[in-house]
Amino acid sequence: MSSTIVSLPDQTTATLPKHTYLNNEYGLKSWLLTRDHKRIGILYLITITFFFFIGGAMAGLVRLELLTPQTDLLAADTYNKVFTMHGIIMIFLFLVPSVPGTLGNFLVPIMVGAKDLAFPKINLLSWYLNTIGGIMVLAALISGGVDTGWTFTTPLSTHYVNTHVITAGLAIFVTGFSSIFTGINIIVTVHRMRAPGMTWFRLPLFIWSNYAASILMVLGTPVLAIALVLVVLERTIGIGVFDPTKGGDPLLFQHLFWFYSHPAVYIMILPGMGVISEVISTFSRKRVFGYTAVAFSSVAIAVFGFLVWEHHMFIMGVSSYSALIFSLLTMLVAVPSAIKIFNWAATLYKGSITFETPMLYAFGFMGLFTIGGLTGVFLGSLGMDVHLTETYFIVAHFHFVMVGGMLMAFLAGIHFWWPKITGRMYPENLSKLAALVTFIGFILTFFPQFILGYLGMPRRYAAYPPEFQVLNVLSTAGATVLGVGYLLPMLYLTWSLKYGKIAGPNPWQATGLEWQIQSPPVVENFLETPVVDYEAYDYEWLANKTRNEVHTVG
Amino acid sequence: MHTFISPVLWQFLVKWLTHFAIFPPEASGIAPYTDALYFYLVAISIFGFVLVVLLVTVFSVLYRKERSPEATQIEGSTLLEATWTIIPLALFMVTFVWGALLYFRIFNPPTNAMNIYVVGKQWMWKAEHPGGQHEINALHIPVGRPVQLTMISQDVFHSFSIPAFRVKREVIPGRYTTVWFEATQPGEYHLFCTQYCGTLHSQMIGTITAMSQQDYEAWTAGSTSGMSLAQNGERLFASLGCNSCHSGDAAARGPNLAQVYGAKLPLSGGGYAMVDDAFLRDSILNPTMHQTAGYAPIMPTYQGQISEEGLIDIVEYIKSLHSNFRIQQTLNTSQVQNAVQEGISGAGHSGEAAAHPASAAQPKVVSQ
Amino acid sequence: MDSHAIATHPEHAHAGHDHPPFLRHHFESVEQQREATSFGMWLFLLTEFMFFGGMFVAYLVYRTWYYPAFVAGSHQLSVLLGSINTVILICSSLTMSLAVYAAQKGRKAALVRWLSITLLLGLVFLGIKASEYREKWEQHHVPGLNFSVSDFVHVNPAYPGQPALPLDMAEKTQVYFSLYFAMTGMHALHMIIGICVLAGLIFRARAGAYTSGHTNTVENFGLYWHFIDIVWNFLFPLLYLISRHQ
Repeated sequence: MSSTIVSLPDQTTATLPKHTYLNNEYGLKSWLLTRDHKRIGILYLITITFFFFIGGAMAGLVRLELLTPQTDLLAADTYNKVFTMHGIIMIFLFLVPSVPGTLGNFLVPIMVGAKDLAFPKINLLSWYLNTIGGIMVLAALISGGVDTGWTFTTPLSTHYVNTHVITAGLAIFVTGFSSIFTGINIIVTVHRMRAPGMTWFRLPLFIWSNYAASILMVLGTPVLAIALVLVVLERTIGIGVFDPTKGGDPLLFQHLFWFYSHPAVYIMILPGMGVISEVISTFSRKRVFGYTAVAFSSVAIAVFGFLVWEHHMFIMGVSSYSALIFSLLTMLVAVPSAIKIFNWAATLYKGSITFETPMLYAFGFMGLFTIGGLTGVFLGSLGMDVHLTETYFIVAHFHFVMVGGMLMAFLAGIHFWWPKITGRMYPENLSKLAALVTFIGFILTFFPQFILGYLGMPRRYAAYPPEFQVLNVLSTAGATVLGVGYLLPMLYLTWSLKYGKIAGPNPWQATGLEWQIQSPPVVENFLETPVVDYEAYDYEWLANKTRNEVHTVG
Repeated sequence: MHTFISPVLWQFLVKWLTHFAIFPPEASGIAPYTDALYFYLVAISIFGFVLVVLLVTVFSVLYRKERSPEATQIEGSTLLEATWTIIPLALFMVTFVWGALLYFRIFNPPTNAMNIYVVGKQWMWKAEHPGGQHEINALHIPVGRPVQLTMISQDVFHSFSIPAFRVKREVIPGRYTTVWFEATQPGEYHLFCTQYCGTLHSQMIGTITAMSQQDYEAWTAGSTSGMSLAQNGERLFASLGCNSCHSGDAAARGPNLAQVYGAKLPLSGGGYAMVDDAFLRDSILNPTMHQTAGYAPIMPTYQGQISEEGLIDIVEYIKSLHSNFRIQQTLNTSQVQNAVQEGISGAGHSGEAAAHPASAAQPKVVSQ
Repeated sequence: MDSHAIATHPEHAHAGHDHPPFLRHHFESVEQQREATSFGMWLFLLTEFMFFGGMFVAYLVYRTWYYPAFVAGSHQLSVLLGSINTVILICSSLTMSLAVYAAQKGRKAALVRWLSITLLLGLVFLGIKASEYREKWEQHHVPGLNFSVSDFVHVNPAYPGQPALPLDMAEKTQVYFSLYFAMTGMHALHMIIGICVLAGLIFRARAGAYTSGHTNTVENFGLYWHFIDIVWNFLFPLLYLISRHQ
């Protein structure tokens, strides 16, 4: 009989399992020296949350300053330092490590049926590198700040500012190695550590997208690293690789920088897409529509992602013909994203849909990412880019992708796997409210910026012509709402650590391997190596399995 | 009425009503083309967004758990997936072609465009009209006439943006970039620096004043400082001793510069170079990399001896050279003046560079 | 059997496992561990390749633009020292391979010997490199710190056929030396890291760590060492041997 209706065991009798990775050892030392991927995932969660709120505070200052056209709250140079820090912290210390560092760390080994990532010590090292990088960024911030923008444009960063560029550059260099190591770990784990029967096409889509993102991390990050090394050398001892007065070419820096920093966008968004695949499948109780297409579109995004960097430089005097090619490739990279969106929508068709919080965030992701992606097409189109680039249109575009897309996906994932990570449920009503507040706040904050951008308001302006004020006020008002939307989950998730309902091993009746073990898992994840004999998202298998089980938990 | 609501909110509403705009003014020949592409893109965005929202909403209603307790497993559908691969691809390809056509329209100036030079530096824009008028953070242009800007930065990257004209171009240290537009509506428009360039980035703004042809001529006449760029260039040309080699004589040590602008010049390394502003500027700073065939590589570099404004003057002078008559004239004068220094080129240049009458001493005309 | 039933008995018998001491807990078999570590190493070398790749791109661009300056800059380097260093590194690759072979055969003394020779060769390489750097410093060829173009605006006595550079091109030798120091400096940094790891390996090899069936670490380090060698084999012709026939 092929029914997918799962009869839930009685949740009221559920208790927390006696032995978990959380109570295996106690004390700070057991955390700081752990090699357990699950604990490292939690370490990441703590650091990135910390940095997220610092970066968020910076964003708040930026929006407050822009409430009025004059530079009245912050002086121009302070404003520049604040938006630079906002960019550096959010990109390198929050978005890049967000899903791979926390959820990826926690879930990748479990999902492929392994006991740990391939290199647990290196995994811990990458958390330390990330934290050291973060501390260096904070050191740069406290000792006076950096005002180059997160793009470190030469020759501004090498010759014309007198702030802590070296500290910040080295900080990013260090965090870069953190993400290289995470990438290597994930790739090796996916290649070499899969459980028997876990073929490539039985892998959850979360694994596919993290795998694709890891390829980008491994191949892209070193190029940024060397570009930053050269910037630091140029600043300290004055070598002349990017210096036009010595015969160097500042555009070369742009090429090297964007060779990483465009793929970095996909490093940030791809793992989020993986989360969305899991969430949408689970809450519509259906296999993801066109699994293969979604899996390959992740890889396609990773491959094409390396070939579009020049679209950040269309007005910088690059050859028109190379601009043509890069514009064409940019159009091509938009297609796999469109495929994903439609496949997710089609997954809902004839499903059995419930609307838990992760699903709401996933819907938010789909709407906002669609806008973010389509406005990316505006910018990839050569003639349109001339007017829109370097304005608030671009700010709105990447915030739709990064905040509307990635952050929504991250929150979806955190809520979705929270029962697995902690063994307890989050409060459902409050979290739905938070999802709604976030969505409204987000639209209010960033939608006006599209209009501002088309009106021509340049980005990174501490002061602006008064006619732009109305839209800026709207945006600042939205940012306040958004801030509340982000504070709520932090509060109730912390609350749920002690007071949340006990979740049981599989509260969502999901099919992934991670849901077939206890929550929170034991240190070794699986007591026996699992043998996988079913496809990903096979709800019939799950229903059968549940039917044959003893109906007690714990 | 505003007794019911707070005065701050009232003021805000008034501002909203008087200042709210969704589109900047369409004030150039390009603007309607850009806006057309924009409307197309907005249309496909709305279409895509509405489609996704509709799909999600309809499915959520139809297949919510209460109505559809059991999901029907569907593997996928190649036909459907091909549909939503090909349709977006087609729409994006239209965007690509349209955008590319617009790009070439924006960046390929018509041949009859008048040329204005712009030098960007932290944190001001300096415009130099061919007639020698200088402006800071302002640019006066005639309506109905194509204007090309040849731009360079003295320090860091800047970007010259006029939203009302829908044009923008990066201004880069060490190389010329150009942008052109044809204003269609008289008026005053924003000029922004859009590439982050340091502390006072947001103060690197200015006003573009588009005026009728007559007004423009009146303005030009009223703001002249007496010397055109080419005239400045001529003086510089003589004082740097350029004329001693580029005299135009058959036996001269340097190539003949009369009518060289726009020509195709054979290079000593083989191949040809189109002589444009960038080539002339680069030949002065990096002569070794641009050696004309048939001449010995004896030209010294003038790197560090001429300011960007001085280079613009010389370039403008060379562009205006239709014969060698003026060079011969200046040569005679400077031979008298520099009788002592003649031939000692290395020592001569540095001394003369300090004394050259380039724009440093020029009175700046700042309109308004 | 359903897995959360399993999960209630986490005290599975560790002591009962009879796996070799070097097999880490999360690997199923020695074979899996070997494959995973060597795959990880290759991936790491791929990132190293991209790391140096950025500089090679810069080199390519500027060499095309400023060819005469690159020739003149290159002529200031000592081909002899460069060649010696190349030979040293290739030899060290050989000794590294022999070390790996010794580890695989379980010969502890040979392993320690070959690793020590590799380390020694690495140190000699760095010593020669350091003396080259010192010479550059004395000749004022270090861009930014003490660069002077005077060597390039006159005919190089070692290459009388090569004309002196005009001043504008002579200044571009700074770009050459910037790349020279950046590339060889990054290479030397990798050598230093390699030597530190090597010292650790020798220390542990003396305790017999790699000669009891577990050779992954030595093999993977070997890959790293060969990679450094290969990078040098590109750097040497690109930096030292530009247009030497003239």
